[in-house]
Amino acid sequence: MPLDRDIAPNPFKVVGHRHNRPDGVDKVTGRAKFGADMSAPGMLHAKILRSPHAHARIRSIDTSKAAALPGVKAIVTRDDFPDNPAVLADGELTNIRYNVMAREKALYDGHAVAAVAAVNPRVARKALSLIEVDYEVLPHVVDVELAMADDAPILHDHLRTEGVDGAEDKPTNIAERLELGHGDVEAGFAEADIVIERQFRTGAAHQGYIEPHACLANVSGDGSGEIWCCTQGHFMVRDVCAQIAGMDVSKLRVTASEIGGGFGGKTTVFIEPVALVLSRKAGKPVKIVMTRDEVFRATGPTASSAIWVKIGAKKDGTITAAESELKYQGGAFPGSPVSMGAMAAFACYQPKAIKAIGWDVVTNRPKQAAYRAPGAPMAAFAVESVIEEMAYALGMDPIDFRLKNAATSGSRSSYGPTYSDIGLVETLEAAKAHPNYSVKLGPNQGRGVSCGFWFNFGGQTAVTLNLNIDGTVALSVGTPDIGGSRASMCAMAAEELGIPYHHVQTIIADTGSLGFNDVTDGSRVTFASGLATIEAARNAKKVLCERAAKMWGIAADAVKWENGAAVPAGPNAGEFPPLTIKEIAKQAGETGGPIAGHYEISADGAGPSFATHVVDAEVDRGTGRITILRYLIVQDAGKAVSPAYVEGQMQGGAVQGIGWALNEEYIYNDKGVMENPGFLDYRVPVASDLPMIDTQIVEVPNPGHPYGVRGVGETSIVPPLGAIANAVAAAVGARPEELPMSPPRLLKLMKEQAAPLAAE
Amino acid sequence: MAKVILWGSLSRLAEGRKEFDIDAPNIDRMLTALGKAAPKLKPILDKGVTVSVDGTLYRLDRFQKIEPDSEVFILPKMAGG
Repeated sequence: MPLDRDIAPNPFKVVGHRHNRPDGVDKVTGRAKFGADMSAPGMLHAKILRSPHAHARIRSIDTSKAAALPGVKAIVTRDDFPDNPAVLADGELTNIRYNVMAREKALYDGHAVAAVAAVNPRVARKALSLIEVDYEVLPHVVDVELAMADDAPILHDHLRTEGVDGAEDKPTNIAERLELGHGDVEAGFAEADIVIERQFRTGAAHQGYIEPHACLANVSGDGSGEIWCCTQGHFMVRDVCAQIAGMDVSKLRVTASEIGGGFGGKTTVFIEPVALVLSRKAGKPVKIVMTRDEVFRATGPTASSAIWVKIGAKKDGTITAAESELKYQGGAFPGSPVSMGAMAAFACYQPKAIKAIGWDVVTNRPKQAAYRAPGAPMAAFAVESVIEEMAYALGMDPIDFRLKNAATSGSRSSYGPTYSDIGLVETLEAAKAHPNYSVKLGPNQGRGVSCGFWFNFGGQTAVTLNLNIDGTVALSVGTPDIGGSRASMCAMAAEELGIPYHHVQTIIADTGSLGFNDVTDGSRVTFASGLATIEAARNAKKVLCERAAKMWGIAADAVKWENGAAVPAGPNAGEFPPLTIKEIAKQAGETGGPIAGHYEISADGAGPSFATHVVDAEVDRGTGRITILRYLIVQDAGKAVSPAYVEGQMQGGAVQGIGWALNEEYIYNDKGVMENPGFLDYRVPVASDLPMIDTQIVEVPNPGHPYGVRGVGETSIVPPLGAIANAVAAAVGARPEELPMSPPRLLKLMKEQAAPLAAE
Repeated sequence: MAKVILWGSLSRLAEGRKEFDIDAPNIDRMLTALGKAAPKLKPILDKGVTVSVDGTLYRLDRFQKIEPDSEVFILPKMAGG
């Protein structure tokens, strides 16, 4: 759907302005209904028994004592999730089923082994303690490089490495080797005057959403069912759960609750199939609410990584070659985002020779889930660290060095295709001109710069727009609102129809009310649901014009829509006063029936987004504590439909990146058991840790959207890791190569490598 | 004929070839032709790939038009968060 160049340059009346979010009052007053807020008559409460071992064969599960406990209504184990044709035909669905309920082995600490539904949570918990599981504890591995070793404990006997010739007969933990690039990197490095290479590591960070996973499943005696849950994609929940449970998709209806954060982590299922099968077995509604401990141990954090980067440049600052090797562990099943990391690693630059090798590795950790720009932040951390070091080694300003090598419209991307209209250069220039970039720094303070890129996606989308009798509009979308998207949908519908913003009410419709919608991911909703909303409104306008024509007794093509009313298209159409949307709506029944517009699309053309971040940090040399003094984000939004929410997305991504860079990681003991499954020990940034995050929106229109919109939700988490590491490196005179830069790690770095104070 | 360029690892399944000249009106027909030209690629193509046509990524639309002078890249299946 191309940029509407007739509209886009004109001043928008609603889009681009700041409005109160439609869900705001309910959320601040506690009226909003989240996943755990739904109840049903006769509802049971379910709890899940989880493996205490990182890797263990499950010899047997005896549920007889638990089943005999008064108040227990149903128990499920692996036997209640039998094979069926849908599951067997889809490798990823097979893995999801295995992740939802362990089969022959428990593959990580926290892996679900059995579940009990009982009359209350206390009875359910008691019943869990009565289930006897006979485990054969096996050697485990949680480190990506150790998992790749020849003598590593093997998770899956059937797993072979895709992408390697001759790997067909050897069990391995390496699921895939991939390689991409173009040009001759050896010749590029030979041409370089300076070459820098470094090895980096990043920890596994959790999305850290405030709301734990929660759902209520209710299967009727006729086999039909419904699920209420917090999710980024209720159509996905419907399809996956129905297939795992062996149900017809038409017999399951899923409603998405409000969501207390997702960030990618709620793009799959964990508890929903369990609740569904328990409900079917018990004949009662079943509710499951995860504890925070369960969220950490059994849902998907992002991958941890080991990344090697080598970059060569000429004295004039021209990068001649760039090479990387990325090793990502994605937990107990294949599917780490290493391919995305490999493609995104050098996407901000245009060296003539690039090579990236990626390894997708399984370990005894929970199955990774997407986390904002999955795979890209850790790759950018490694690349941007070397880029910054290269700039200083060449005596160049870090932004000038990036500008000299920046990807531009018409340049070839590192992953192959030629970029269309992109705005990286604009973000770099704006960052350099921003007052933050010229603030004088004090002792133990440093400034770091990093760029970031994300592809952005579209996806299957369906939208329906219904006109009410008073001329207001009910808009139904199928993409859960995880970042204020309802406000943007209201704005785009209002813009098209020429009515006030508050005359549009947007709801997230259930799976029975709309065509299939892909999950809210890939920064796709403002782009794709927005695009569908615009087209649905345009279709409704056609109907409105037809009704006006009927009322005036003239041809439909003699009517046009202007400022919220039908008017004659020209002097030959006759003279009629404008018919407002309210007037037409009032007579809808008499002119042909309800007025609606709808639109269905597989949206593509999302257009990539780039950002530049500038961070000032201060290091306490005595304690190793890092304080973020200033933080600037400049990001290309294409067209910011709701600027306040764009800024919120930018700030949120930066804050999550700050946590990933400074403190957040999964810590395992020698038994492979997670030692910090709670917010006391897994430390996310809180408000008092942070300065105001400064934002500046750049608008380089995306040619693939009528208004020029680009997704903004993910790019903002790509640069922070590198920007903060670069600020710390500048502050202490030593380069952090491992994240998070926790105080003990930074103290060690300073002790071993930092330049003496006198040299600063 | 459009120039179809394979993402790095895929060339291993195409006897080392990285580029194909394919005359096809849309992505669907292009993928069919590519699968015939390099049969070992077919399972990967069937499993799902992302196709870039003149710089725009297509994850789903198999009937997107390809012009004779289009630049086409076959990329891994992509997902966001």
